Amino acid sequence: MENKEPILKVSGLKQYFETSGRFTVRAVDGVDFVIYPGETYGLVGESGSGKSTIGRSLIRLYTPTAGRIEFNGMDISGAMNRTDMGRLRTEMQMIFQDPMACLNPRKKIGEIIAQGLDLHHLCRNRAERKAMVDDMLEQVGLAPEHADRYPHQFSGGQRQRVGIARALIMKPKLVIADECISALDVSIQAQVVNLMKDLQSRTGTTYMFIAHDLSMVKYISNRIGVMHLGHLVETGTTEEIFENPIHPYTQSLLSAIPRPNPQVEKTRIAQGYDYKAQGVDYSKGIQHHVGGQHYVLATPEEFSRWNKTRK
Amino acid sequence: MEQKNREKIMEIRDLSITFRTMVGPVHAIRGVNIDLYRGETLAIVGESGSGKSVTVKAAMGILAKNSVVDQGTIQYTYHHDDGTPKTVNILKLKKKELRRHINGKRIAMIFQDPMTSLDPTMPIGKQIIEGMLWHHRAGKDEAWKKAVHLLDEVGIPDAEQRMKNYPHQLSGGMRQRVVIAIALACDPDLLICDEPTTALDVTIQAKILELIQRIQKERGISVIFITHDLGVVAKVADYVDVMYAGKIVEKGTVEEIFYDPRHPYTWGLLSAMPDLDTADERLYTIPGSPPNLLHMVEGDAFAPRNQYALKIDRRAEPPMFQISDTHYAATWLLDERAPHVEMPPELRERIERMKMGGEPDGE
Repeated sequence: MENKEPILKVSGLKQYFETSGRFTVRAVDGVDFVIYPGETYGLVGESGSGKSTIGRSLIRLYTPTAGRIEFNGMDISGAMNRTDMGRLRTEMQMIFQDPMACLNPRKKIGEIIAQGLDLHHLCRNRAERKAMVDDMLEQVGLAPEHADRYPHQFSGGQRQRVGIARALIMKPKLVIADECISALDVSIQAQVVNLMKDLQSRTGTTYMFIAHDLSMVKYISNRIGVMHLGHLVETGTTEEIFENPIHPYTQSLLSAIPRPNPQVEKTRIAQGYDYKAQGVDYSKGIQHHVGGQHYVLATPEEFSRWNKTRK
Repeated sequence: MEQKNREKIMEIRDLSITFRTMVGPVHAIRGVNIDLYRGETLAIVGESGSGKSVTVKAAMGILAKNSVVDQGTIQYTYHHDDGTPKTVNILKLKKKELRRHINGKRIAMIFQDPMTSLDPTMPIGKQIIEGMLWHHRAGKDEAWKKAVHLLDEVGIPDAEQRMKNYPHQLSGGMRQRVVIAIALACDPDLLICDEPTTALDVTIQAKILELIQRIQKERGISVIFITHDLGVVAKVADYVDVMYAGKIVEKGTVEEIFYDPRHPYTWGLLSAMPDLDTADERLYTIPGSPPNLLHMVEGDAFAPRNQYALKIDRRAEPPMFQISDTHYAATWLLDERAPHVEMPPELRERIERMKMGGEPDGE
């Protein structure tokens, strides 16, 4: 995978929000990462860590404050012309968190799924459009007759399937899934995750999977990035992150995952992590290479200290 | 297990609740029995729509207006201030009596979403002392002092200053702590937690659970925990009731449910938990979706999704079969005439691994 040309290259991405004249929220403060074609990149972190903001900046729902985003060889961080924007809007798609809120309640499922096709004139006639929608519905485990129903007639899991169908009908190269399973029941989450995996193996799409549930992220991701306070504190393959977490924040995240095992769980105390008390300043840190594709954000002194305590 | 000294504080028998809706009656609860003892934690597990929230709302007397309690009793035992025990049927109490003597004072509830369960127009201190002023007729200063102490107890720094904060000034985790402080304000002896951590991050979830556990130990109160997350159950519960389509399908101690599950639905739930120890490519899922309770369920409600279903499952509802003193399951597989069916081998393997003590925690 290392030899492949990345599909998405993010360097020094900053996304600030000016909340008032005096105060600026630095939601994302200098983040670098790459995503390779066909893989699933998991972005985890607590709420407010900036993971969703990154997703929204990438798909240009926000205009990045600084930094460079290269998608498929095309710079999408600055001002964009019409054709580039059109390409971005078809080749990158998003699946949203709340399956209740992200579907227009007044439109039929078929219309919702085909909206992207209509806007970008991607089908020649009604028959072709219908064939594409029906095919997509079947691929996500719904039936063609569902196209004539309204969102409120579906359960949460089915609605999320519609969200996935709407994204994938554009045959995107990259799909940003922003907490797309957090609002679902555990058993339904598994169904949706399996579906996304199946679709990926069939179409070869790349996923960026944003979530705070590490156990699900472990299932779906090839590589993981850990976000905290607008910084990417650690990134690496799933094995590297789970077997050998270096950064104390990653460790505390991993220790907080509830295990479905009473013996272990009754005695387990989650490891705390206090940013201020640890005296860590993310803006001073630089990316250290641990090995393989494993990088951690730290000052040289922190890096050697954390490395020592692990071994 | 000392059965003798346990004091029962709540006993729900044959509870059936129907909701009248536009499209017809929905039989949300279909004969639920629950026992809760002092100082213990009971977890009710199930998918959305299985009726777990409705059950505890009935116990709290806060059912929606379109609900009808068809039958059943909820016996709740409490002590008067002088120590004489009193047992009441919550379903028979008048609303006024319930609010006056039970709600908040003796049974307190923590809701799922801390954003919506706090009043945005009131400082949190005022919200905490509200219950104390009402139920205990405590003096304002006394209540205020106690509130500061409570905030301290639930782990909010600078409690004195925080009292004047409004909910929007606090983070989600802090807000849930405030909700817990409000629930504890009147020293209840039963705390009902309705998915208290679903809206929170994993790191904060762990802290909130540890907080509830600590408070329970210190005060010796009983807790009913509603969740669909088996990781949470493993952490907090002494006893587990597994609910499906308005019925309890398996009940037992937490060890019995996790290490010796008997009901195919419990097998499915356990198998569907993401397992950090294996590198399986696919997650197990229970096929199909829960039944629509608008229609009368014939036979075992789980049968259409159950690969081990027997013929009788489609015709007759299974009774509760006893496995041990504490362990019961409602599945025909436990009938002596049933063929011998083992749990799926993958799950068996996983349980063996769990019994070995899980993993050495990524070290």
